[in-house]
Amino acid sequence: MSTTTGSSDGATAPGARRPPTAAIHSTEPLPLQPEEVAIHIQDLQFYYDQDAQALWDIDLECPRHRITALIGPSGCGKSTLLRCLNRMNELIDGTRYEGHIFLEGTDLYGTEVDPVALRRHVGMVFQKPNPFPKSVYENVAYGLRLHQKLTKKELDERVQWALEKAHLWDEVKDRLDDAATGLSGGQQQRLCIARALAVEPKVLLMDEPCSALDPVATQKIEDLMLELKKDVTIVIVTHSMSQAARVSDRTAFLYKGKLIEAGPTRQIFEAPREDLTEQYITGRFG
Amino acid sequence: MVQAARATVGEWQVATRARYGDLAARILFLTAGLSVFLVLGFILYVLVGNSLQFFRDVSILEFFGSTKWQTAGTVQISEGGDAGDFGVWPLIAGTMLVTVGAAVIGLPIGLATAIYLAEYAPSRVRSFLKPVLELLAGIPSIVFGFFALFVISPIVRDLTDEGSFLYYVFGQKSATIFSAMNAIIVVGVMVLPIITSLSEDAIRAVPKHLREASFGLGATKWETTKNVVVPSALSGIVASFVLGVARAIGESMAVAMAAGTQAAWTFNPIDSIQTMTGFIVQRTGGDTPQQGPVFTSLFAVGLTLFLMTLALNLLAQRFVKRYREVEGADT
Repeated sequence: MSTTTGSSDGATAPGARRPPTAAIHSTEPLPLQPEEVAIHIQDLQFYYDQDAQALWDIDLECPRHRITALIGPSGCGKSTLLRCLNRMNELIDGTRYEGHIFLEGTDLYGTEVDPVALRRHVGMVFQKPNPFPKSVYENVAYGLRLHQKLTKKELDERVQWALEKAHLWDEVKDRLDDAATGLSGGQQQRLCIARALAVEPKVLLMDEPCSALDPVATQKIEDLMLELKKDVTIVIVTHSMSQAARVSDRTAFLYKGKLIEAGPTRQIFEAPREDLTEQYITGRFG
Repeated sequence: MVQAARATVGEWQVATRARYGDLAARILFLTAGLSVFLVLGFILYVLVGNSLQFFRDVSILEFFGSTKWQTAGTVQISEGGDAGDFGVWPLIAGTMLVTVGAAVIGLPIGLATAIYLAEYAPSRVRSFLKPVLELLAGIPSIVFGFFALFVISPIVRDLTDEGSFLYYVFGQKSATIFSAMNAIIVVGVMVLPIITSLSEDAIRAVPKHLREASFGLGATKWETTKNVVVPSALSGIVASFVLGVARAIGESMAVAMAAGTQAAWTFNPIDSIQTMTGFIVQRTGGDTPQQGPVFTSLFAVGLTLFLMTLALNLLAQRFVKRYREVEGADT
């Protein structure tokens, strides 16, 4: 975990983790205009237990229809932060937070927000592909069936739409009724993306979505992400520097539960302001 | 060649003492393993042998073709009278009545308890309730028996008093001291620990990431439980059901005490009935002479019961195996 940068990272030699500048995809300008902000995390503290604080004073802005990467060594709190965005941490007993997270102006932790309803708008893709032990079709239809009364025809259309969005339709259109667990790992992960897209979320959270995949499958997911950001705001946790460089527009570096530095990906990788960031992206610790 | 080479390198040799120890262990465990088969073989030999003897006296057509079970009393046998009627169906009906009734009570309550423990109960409640359930499994069958007789039976009789609602439900009949209902209720309680414990294990074995996937799509706790968790644990839950039912079929003491000794071809739960196990308890406990068809019928009934529970256990194993495979594929 600490020194490898993931299976997706074929191009980078060990020890020289700083990705080649050419690999950085984004041309995101440095300052972020207030009207571009989709997610605004304000002074967030998070505790797993009374005396187990996991996040300290997080202030972060994620631009709309862009990809924000959260990077940092294992246990730095990047997954915890991601899970604050759809209040998934609340499923664990004893967790507590302070501060605010605004999604398009609404405080996610406000009293009027129901976490169940929130998760319809903030989709999530997990580290390990986790399709339900149901058919391909039923996996994609799952969220739709929960929230909407659709006719069979409408449902068919939405399932096809989501699978096409996830670049999976051509591969599975003839076996929609087969068990989803029979698909390859990469296909399963794209199915999970299709499942999340089907309910048309505003935000898509991705928790190391490629860490269990081979380079080809990883490439497909990354291509997909770049296309999907036209419609959704994406926040991705990744332990791969080069993945962050390839896909993200902005990068946030976390260390020991604190946000060390955040900014346009190009700036973070080429001219980090903090020594810690410099050390991390050049592979001196991890 | 090899021998000689070994002799020169002393430290490569296993000490003689250790080698004998290894041999002794091997013999010990082989004996233990073999004795299981010996005991099983002997039981089967006795069961089948005596059953064959029985079928020499009573035709298999009568055994499986008649619905009258009326075995001769001890005095009648010793005076050389008619051994009675040996149609096994009343006993099977009694067993099925108690089993199905107990399942109707035990399965839903057991599954609901398992879902509560696995999905809803705070860890503090679970750590208290689980041992309590296991305590329930530890109560001797005979204690359940007199509980059925002295606590459940009076209640059943009160509830089916002439003119009451249940009196009409059960065909204008009142329960006597002994009734299938007593046994149904008490066996229903007795199978709860098995069903709850195994179902809970199956439900808890459903990987966390499947639950998270469902929550992540905006499903509520109940939607997740209903649509993802229970279906994923289904084969384990079914296995627990089958094992619970097998327990209900094989339960003897409580049933013998609560249900009565009247082998009746009936499906009315407030009738006094006799189950297969109940019959065996009754006649082996008494002074039935150890020969003749009444005596050997014990073995024929025992063999029938054995085949029924064996079939159920094989069924359960198939489900457990499938459940493991599904689980293995998931994680």
